[in-house]
Amino acid sequence: MQERGGLRLQELVKRFGDLEAVAGVDLELPPGRLISFLGPSGCGKTTLLRMIAGLEQPTAGRVFLDGEDVTDRPPHSRDIGMVFQTLALFPHLSVSGNIGYGMKIRGVAQAEIRRRVDELLKMVSLEGTADRRVSQLSGGQRQRVATARALALEPRLFLLDEPLSALDANLREQLQVELRLLQQKLGITTIMVTHDQREAMTMSDLVVVMQAGRVEQVGLPLEVYRRPATAFVARFIGSTNLLETTGAGDGRVRLRDRDLAVPGADRSDGGPVLVSVRPEDARLHVGLGAVPNAIPGTVVFVRDLGELFECYVDCELREHVVVAGSPRERVPVDQGDAVQVEFPPDACVVVRA
Amino acid sequence: MSDRKPTHGTYAVLAVPVTMLVVFFLVPFGIMVASSFYHRVEGGFYTPAFELNSWRRLFTEVFIERAVFSIGISLLAGAVCIAVAFPFTFFLTRMKRRPHVALLVVVMSALSLSEVIVGFTWSVLLGRAAGISNILVWLGVMDEARAYQPGFVAVLLGLCYIAFPYCVLTLYPSLSRLDREVTEAAQTMGASPWRTFWTVVVPISRPIIVAGFLLVFVFTLGSYLISAILGRPEHWTLSVFISDQASFNANVPFAAAMAIFLTVLSLAVVGVVTVVESRTRRLT
Amino acid sequence: MRALKWTTTGLTLVFLVAPLLVIAIVSVNENRYMDFPPQGLSFEWYWALWTDLGWRSAILTSLTVASLGALVAVAIATPLAYVLRAYRIRLSPLLYALGILPFMLPPVISALGAQVFWNAADHAGRIENVIIAHGIFFSTLPLITISLAMETMDPALPEAAQTLGANPRTTFRTITLPLLVPSMITGYAAAFVLSLNEYIIAFLVAGFSVQTLPIKIFNGIRYGFTPTIASVAVVFIVIAATVFSLFAVFGNLLRFLGADPAILERNDA
Repeated sequence: MQERGGLRLQELVKRFGDLEAVAGVDLELPPGRLISFLGPSGCGKTTLLRMIAGLEQPTAGRVFLDGEDVTDRPPHSRDIGMVFQTLALFPHLSVSGNIGYGMKIRGVAQAEIRRRVDELLKMVSLEGTADRRVSQLSGGQRQRVATARALALEPRLFLLDEPLSALDANLREQLQVELRLLQQKLGITTIMVTHDQREAMTMSDLVVVMQAGRVEQVGLPLEVYRRPATAFVARFIGSTNLLETTGAGDGRVRLRDRDLAVPGADRSDGGPVLVSVRPEDARLHVGLGAVPNAIPGTVVFVRDLGELFECYVDCELREHVVVAGSPRERVPVDQGDAVQVEFPPDACVVVRA
Repeated sequence: MSDRKPTHGTYAVLAVPVTMLVVFFLVPFGIMVASSFYHRVEGGFYTPAFELNSWRRLFTEVFIERAVFSIGISLLAGAVCIAVAFPFTFFLTRMKRRPHVALLVVVMSALSLSEVIVGFTWSVLLGRAAGISNILVWLGVMDEARAYQPGFVAVLLGLCYIAFPYCVLTLYPSLSRLDREVTEAAQTMGASPWRTFWTVVVPISRPIIVAGFLLVFVFTLGSYLISAILGRPEHWTLSVFISDQASFNANVPFAAAMAIFLTVLSLAVVGVVTVVESRTRRLT
Repeated sequence: MRALKWTTTGLTLVFLVAPLLVIAIVSVNENRYMDFPPQGLSFEWYWALWTDLGWRSAILTSLTVASLGALVAVAIATPLAYVLRAYRIRLSPLLYALGILPFMLPPVISALGAQVFWNAADHAGRIENVIIAHGIFFSTLPLITISLAMETMDPALPEAAQTLGANPRTTFRTITLPLLVPSMITGYAAAFVLSLNEYIIAFLVAGFSVQTLPIKIFNGIRYGFTPTIASVAVVFIVIAATVFSLFAVFGNLLRFLGADPAILERNDA
């Protein structure tokens, strides 16, 4: 793992006229890791990446790379390698022309360029394609050429802007793994922008979840999944049940006349407490026996998808409660049955609105 | 990229073409405006002055007749071209590969003929020596050959010939993209192909029809050679009249005044039609 | 409906092709005077194009004016199209309008303007005048083709070059410019062909001392006729038809003209 490529983003703001695309982002990102900027379209993640690359000038704030203030440096002197959403392969150059471009304009000798291009092609499993034209390549091959080109000069930062969005699903998943393995092997600091939470979860060391120009949460993938900080993060990553409860003391909340134990709840004034419970953590119980941390409801719809089941229960809340699980956990219920839905305490997470 | 801030170097690069355009287009235009006020000297020259003589001549019958004729024949050419080119292009876009490509090659070949060649071939075709009438005599339909040129119809046919390919090319892209399902939907609702054409295809294509008409109008308004070759002086367009005044009659101030009139007219027509079209589009 | 289809197509075809046929027949007529039916077959009028000094000189003049004029046109259009699309320039719409204005107005206006200009500059009747006038007048064509190419270019391409270490000047030289070359060539070709055929500007600017091909043909029509004119016409027609047929076979003529690419598959189905 490399020690170079540590980024400090200091209160970055970017305004386009009236629109505030990035509304104050302050992050310290460790070197040598794969970090995802995850969020819906329009959340500012691409603008943030472009400010790191130098393709956009921040309206306010500074960018520090390995301690140096690079905010005013143009992209061509920032020592970065970038893969664009459209891949941006030069159509008039061959594969080796593309990969060797950075070296060629620096005046590196032709023989050395050739050697390095072959080395890079081998690294991305594209041996023998050096003289092909870009138009002759498939989508996956083009993606690999774009990767090789960005890494050719061993940059400090490897930036990816939705690099796999143009590929079909199977290819995407295959390349996610390849890219991740490559990044781990090189140990290069990598920042990837994506709107696909599964992609972020698959590949990242660290996930930065963004919405409306702000950072909602930063953390390890599983951490962000299990302990979402806000309702947005809870909903954006995977799916969840958001329970609008009222505070009833330390570690307790009230929902539909039932008391539920929720670690972390600390309001006793009856104010609103939002609790997130993932569908796969909730449990269905048939019958009226006393079940702790549960509320009653009626089954409205059941989806048996083979590999998992989903049960929609009307508990007289604003939305239906969803209980999901593998076929082995399937409780025998049908539409119209009366059930109780249990929310185990250690699966309940208090989230900000 | 298109919101990059320009540097001094950028402006330096921009200055070269802009200077050329200013020096060799705007300045000549300015000199032409000025010379419309100059005093015309018999024998071909003109001295700097400020007279309105040349401008007054714009109100004479001679000029008004010319202007009305020019505008009229251009409007007519526009109408005729569109009336033929629109159905032609419509059917063209639905043809199979061989006839489709073949027809396109014919149209493009006609387009690449220079105006002087077109004028020449039509003068032959409509002449008395080797033209249509000779064929008709040979076939026994006519008694003796006659010349249809120089004449009004000859000029009109010539103008239509040079404008027609441009008209087709303007209509071609959007007619080729016309959603087939729109016409099919109309037919499932009981409209015959004929009715579909007039009640669906034509209204949808209205903007492009207007664009084509405008193109032919402006294009033929500026035409010189067709009118000069195939028409007598009473069939001359303004371009011929202006050129004639500038060279053979050596009355440059008058020619300049007329040229400015023609400029204003062209810009006004394009401007008005564009505004009207966008306004009616907002209403529908 | 069928009737409409066959009448319009048939009439149009006859209308477009008839002059071409007649002129072809006239050009091989043995007699010096045009008549129909033709009296005999002779290719002497094609040979005259090569031997007659007047025609050779006119062809050469036209080729010179066209090749240099088109060069001027592209030289004006390229920096204009590039800068206006690549940078945020305040007067951009105005400058673009200035670029397309010459071509949009009736040619006689540019012709007269150029004439008074060169007279005022005391530089009348020279071939440079025609070259420059054509260069300005036809600069609109490459301006449009190059602007279009700029618009359809992936904006990420120059950005990618920059992330690979290329400064703006290197980016332009190695990435943008090579990608603009096809549109520059198209613009050059269009300006070249139109300049070859142009009459009124060439005439008013230097018509009595510089005789281009269209001027010679027009004079020939007005003052005396030789079938050599017909042979010139036929040569033009054959060249054009050949070029476009080749384009249709080897290139993608339909897409070039703006058609929906799937159209032929749909029609053949």
